[in-house]
Parts: sequence; C-alpha cells; structure tokens
Amino acid sequence: MSNTAIFIALFVGVAAWFAVASRLTAKPWENREQKGDVGAITTPPARIGLWIFMAVVTSLFSLFLSAYSMRMHQSIGWCHLTIPKIVWFNTLVLIAASIAMQLASSAVGRGQRQVTKYALIAAGTLSIGFLAGQMMAWQAVGPSLYFIQGSPAIAFFYVLTIAHGLHLIGGLYVLGRASLRFAGGAEPIDLRQSLALCAIYWHFLLIVWLVVFGVLLFL
Amino acid sequence: MAYVAIADRDAPIHDPHTFIEKYIWSQDHKVIAIQYAIVAIFVGLVALVLSGLMRLQLGFPETFHFVDPNHYYQFITMHGMIMVIYLLTALFLGGFGNYLIPLMVGARDMVFPYMNMVSFWVYLLAVLVLLSSFFVPGGPTGAGWTLYPPQAILTGTPGSGLGIVLMLVSLGIFIIAFTMGGLNYVTTVLQARCKGMTMMRMPLSVWGIFMATILGLLAFPALLVSAVMMTLDGTLGTSFFTPAVSSMGQSLDHNGGSPLLFQHLFWFFGHPEVYIVALPAFGIVSDLLSTHARKNIFGYRMMVWAILAIGGLSFVVWAHHMYVSGMNPYFGFFFATTTLIIAVPTAIKVYNWVLTLWKGDIHLTVPMLFAIGFIFTFIHGGLTGLFLGNVTVDLPLSDTYFVVAHFHMVMGVSPILVVFGAIYHWYPKITGRMWNVTLGKIHFWMTFLGTYAIYLPMHYLGILGVPRRYYALGDTEFLPKSVHTINEAITIAALIVAASVLVFLFNMITSLWRGEKATSNPWKSTTLEWQTPDTPPHHGNWGPRLPVVYRWAYDYSVPGAPDDFIPQNVPVDPKLGGGRDHGVHH
Repeated sequence: MSNTAIFIALFVGVAAWFAVASRLTAKPWENREQKGDVGAITTPPARIGLWIFMAVVTSLFSLFLSAYSMRMHQSIGWCHLTIPKIVWFNTLVLIAASIAMQLASSAVGRGQRQVTKYALIAAGTLSIGFLAGQMMAWQAVGPSLYFIQGSPAIAFFYVLTIAHGLHLIGGLYVLGRASLRFAGGAEPIDLRQSLALCAIYWHFLLIVWLVVFGVLLFL
Repeated sequence: MAYVAIADRDAPIHDPHTFIEKYIWSQDHKVIAIQYAIVAIFVGLVALVLSGLMRLQLGFPETFHFVDPNHYYQFITMHGMIMVIYLLTALFLGGFGNYLIPLMVGARDMVFPYMNMVSFWVYLLAVLVLLSSFFVPGGPTGAGWTLYPPQAILTGTPGSGLGIVLMLVSLGIFIIAFTMGGLNYVTTVLQARCKGMTMMRMPLSVWGIFMATILGLLAFPALLVSAVMMTLDGTLGTSFFTPAVSSMGQSLDHNGGSPLLFQHLFWFFGHPEVYIVALPAFGIVSDLLSTHARKNIFGYRMMVWAILAIGGLSFVVWAHHMYVSGMNPYFGFFFATTTLIIAVPTAIKVYNWVLTLWKGDIHLTVPMLFAIGFIFTFIHGGLTGLFLGNVTVDLPLSDTYFVVAHFHMVMGVSPILVVFGAIYHWYPKITGRMWNVTLGKIHFWMTFLGTYAIYLPMHYLGILGVPRRYYALGDTEFLPKSVHTINEAITIAALIVAASVLVFLFNMITSLWRGEKATSNPWKSTTLEWQTPDTPPHHGNWGPRLPVVYRWAYDYSVPGAPDDFIPQNVPVDPKLGGGRDHGVHH
C-alpha cells in the first residue's frame, strides 16, 4: 500500500494547510471584532466544488493504482502487459486536447469569439479522438473476454482506461453544454468561468492519465 | 463581472412555485433533508425487522422454521450494510447535514441546489436496487456485510448470483449520490457562511458533519474500487480478488487473485466509515449537551482539533480489522499503535462532554437524556475497542460475540441514541410542533436499558468463546447451558427495544397534528437555526436579509446577561460582552 501512504501524506498535508488557513487558533469565545470577519472563501462555489471533486477522483485513482501494485506483488503468475504503440499516440492527442482547452479558456477571457470557436472544436474533437484511440488500444491488448479473464494486467488496463475515459466523458458533457450556450450566441464573457473550469479539469485528467500510463509502463 | 460573495447576496437562489417543485423535485435543502431522512428511516426499519428475525433464530433455535441458514446469512448481510451505509451515513449526512448546514451557517440553501436534489433521487435509486435483491432468484447476498471474496461470489453462499451483483451496483450508485451531496456540504461550509460566521464560530454539529463528509469523499472511492473489481470477478470472470479455487468439487477458471487486497481496500473505506458515522454524532451531541446543560461547551478549540485529528488518524488504522487475516508482525504493531493513539483525541472529547455537564444547569429533557445516554454507551463501546485494538487480545476474541457487542455499542447504539436525541431536539423546528414528553421518556428508557440488556451479556458470551456468524450453536460442548438462557434473554430484550421504536414512530407521527405548537426557539438555543423568522423556516430560510453573526455558538449563562443564552446573531454589548471576556474566567 505504498501508494496509499503517499495519498495519506497528501491528505495530511492538505489537512495541515487547512488548519493553518482556517485559523484554528482563534478564540471564538472572545467577542472582539475580528478583521475580515466574513470568513467564507471568496472563490466561486463551482471552482471550489471542482477542486474537491478532483480530490475525490485523485483518491479513486490512487486506490486503483494501489490495488494494481498490490495485485502485482501479492500473487504468482503476473504477466506483464506490453503497452500498444497507439497509447503513445493517444497520450499526445490528450496533451493536444488539453492545450486546445487552455487556448479556448484564454480566448474567451479576451473576448475572441472566433479563436474560442476553433479551440473548442479542436478540444472536443481531440478528446473524442483520444477515447476512440483508447478503444483501439483495447483491440491491441486483447479484444475478448478470454484475454481479460486470462491476464490481470489486461483486466487492469481495461479498468483503468475505462475509469479514466468515463471521467473524460463527464467532462465532455459539461463542455458540450458550454459549447451549446456559445453556439446559441452567449457572450464569451459569460462562458469564462465554465471554460476556465473545463480547462482545469482537462489538465487534471491529463495528469491522471500520465500517472496511470507511467505506472503501467514502469512499475 | 466581479464575483459577489454569497453572504453579500440577498436574493433567493431558486424560486419554486408548483407543488411538485416544492415537495417532490425540490431543490430546497430542508425538503431534501426530510426526503433523505424518511427513506433512511424506512430502510432502517427493514434492517431492524431483519435483526429481530435473526434474534428469534438465535434465542429460540429450531422454533422459527422460516429462518433457514441461508436466510439467516442474508439477514445478517442486509442488516449490517443497511444500518451502516443506507441508514446511518445517509441520515447523518443526507438528513441532518442537509437540514442543519445551511441553517447553522446562515445560508439560504446549499451552493449547488440542483445537484443536491439529484443526490437524493440517486440515493433512492440505490436503496431500490438494494431492496430489489430480496425479490430476485437466489435472494440477496449472504456474504456478510464485509463481502469478503472469494466466498461472496462462489456458489454455496446465498445470493452469489444476482444478489451480490445488485449489492455491488447499489453501493456504486450510493457512492455517486454521496459524492454529489458531499461536494455540496463541504463547499457550502467553506463558501456560503454568513457574515461573521468564521470557521471557529461554527457549531460543533457543522464541524462534525463537515469532517465526516471529507472522510466520506476520500474513503468511499476505496469501496467503489473494490465494488467495481469484485463485480468484474463475479460477472466477467476476472481474477482481481479471486485466487485459484475449487467450488463444489470443480476447479474454477480464476487464478492468482488476492483476497487480501480486497480486505485492504474494504477496510481502507470501512474504518473511516466508522468515523463518518461517529463524527456527526460527536458534533451533534456536543451541541445537545451544551444547550440542555445551559453551559458553554468545554474546550471548543480542543473539540475541533480532536475532530480533525480523529479524521486524519482514521485513515491509518484500517488493518486492525485484519489481525487474523495474517500480516507481518511489525504491521500489526504499527496498526495497534495508531489504533491506541486514536483513543487520545476521542478521550479528550469524552472528558470535555463530562466537563460540560459539570456544574451545568442540567435540564433532563428527552434530547438531553439521549445525549447523556450516548456518553455511557460510547464509553463502554470505546473501552472494549481498546481491548480489540491490541493484537494479542484481539486474536482470541476475534470472531466472537465480544466483537459484535463492541461494534454495536460504539457505532450502532451510540450514534442511534444521538439520532433519536437530535430528532427530538430539532423536531419543533422542522415541523413546528412539540412531541409528547411522556412517550419520549418511555422511548428513551426502553431503548437505553434495553440496549444494555442486549449488549452487556454479549460481551460475556464473547469471552466464553461463543462464535459470531453461527446460525445455531447446537449442543457445543465447551459452552455452558447458560449460554442458551442468555441468548433467550437477549432476544426478548431485542424485541422490547424494537417495540420502543414503535413508540417513537407513534409519537413523531401523531405529534405532527396533535402536538402543541412549537415556539421558534423552545430550547433557548444560541445557534442560528433557532433564530429564523419562521418556524418551520420558509423557503430561503431568512426572510429578506441574511443574518450576521457576532459571537460563537456557545454563549450560555453569560454572567450579567438578562437571559441564560445569547444567540449568535445578537451584537456584542460593550457593557456586557459575552463568553469569558467579562466573565470570571478572564
């Protein structure tokens, strides 16, 4: 459970930061007026919600990878998976999708309608391309139940890529709704937050994928 | 457009008009809370009936022939899973969390009301999927609530076909519902507090629910991971958890899976789950004790720190559930140490509750009886936890009734006493009516004495070596005859406690229209939910203006003040102040 230990360290770090940030040393029974008494974080709720959601997803993938590493070390007959070449290509596509999302987010902030449009189309297409590429990777590692049953490494490859893909599909749903609003003539400025959050989420999913890929490659 | 903090906005978040928008597809946190609570209590009653059936079999074996061994295991499994997850987790977080967080921090609603609504309906779906497993061929799973593989998915275990799959799918759906709710609770606490409500002025109920939600958000993924992989083992024939195994004389296709991996994942969720249930109970009971003892909570900062410490430590103790699964002795040493360390912040909380009562003006109202009852049951359950946390003591006691008695005292009876206390406490605010005091007291004494009558003898049975999970003991030689008599007595006590729930339900339901009208603040409480302009609070909670908070949540019996409580939204009087500023403790 070494990955889990890292996860716990992260969790403790966040908790420690939180303790300092929320001024746990305050003496609330003393009714002195405090400066900046509002206390609530002044970031929009959706942004905080997204960060918390990403913490949950981090926990999910840490545990999946922990399970992967334990399963590998605890049992006999583990047969390593040869990563198909197309996965390298998919990774490049996902990086490009992330860049396109960033472009869309920056362009909408500057009010550049045309650039936003092309960047959104590119981000959406590249993301769908990534998903299609992952399905092609399944064909390459072992396309039938026979392979999934026979090799836990292949089964893990399926589980990890599907879990990651489902999160990307969730992101695409949100991106699709924002794009529809954009196509319906919404002012770029109104979409600024949606696209900024989409960009953060895309970068996050890219990092998750790079870690998953790295573990599959090197562990 | 600059972002305006929620505390500076006075407009309502949403505006329902039709009956359906108000009471069915409602986005109002109060309605969602009641929906969560009704479903959770309903499914909890199902689990209560199951426990009654199990007790009938254990107390009077070979009498009730409709409880056969398969049914017995199915009842055990469903009773455990429903009580822990679908009742307690859902009721504390979906029910009390939803109702109390916005009202206690001075918000109009949760920050994502739509997602909050969806969270409830997805939770209902999870419950329906779970209950549907009673009606499929083979019935629900009988694998035990821990669902250990490989037995959970092998023929021979009841419900190893559709039953286990429906259980795992239902858990997955529940986790989705919980995540949607949890994002709301955490973000609302961080983001939607009214002016003046700093984190360190929040009532401990909110702190408990807040930390429990964080634990849930980080721990439930472990259950999801194990549920996904076990579903694949059971349906597609993968070998994540299932080793090479023969079943009914035939060797199966599985190969090399690790049952121990499942146990690690399950308990990485399972232990924090104990605190997901316990922390809200800790928070709520602190508020009940302080309010009904008319005294500020002793050691508020320590209480908050203890909640945080317990939350953090709960992630590093999981393997104390696995001492008998086989592990490196150093691991056992490590987990025994962390388990004993967690007793420190927990004991701090217990001392502080007792010190809050010390020299307080104790009003023995029904909620207070339940809160004090909780201190008793929690100390008993907690102390036996120290026994079981030690590897050498755990080994002989493991899988005996001692363990059953321990966890029922600490995470069954104790949180349920708080649930009852909390319902009695907030019922006047939620419904606008008071309940019948006599019936409330009868309910308390039947429950409190009854649960002791059930679980104290179980410790003794455990020390005698009576194994848990057995359908019938038969004429086991090493057990004295008295074991059977005790089992009969426990069953009778259990049935009496179950009957007390009927008293509670009768009281709660009839009081809806027969109860006396409640005033807006019947307990003279300081926290914001009692200061709403309407009782029950209307949509949007606060009328035209959001409240402003000037003090902490525990200004009871402030020396020199005209009343023995000063609500949080009363400005500081320079002549009087509050709390310790002008008191004797300066």
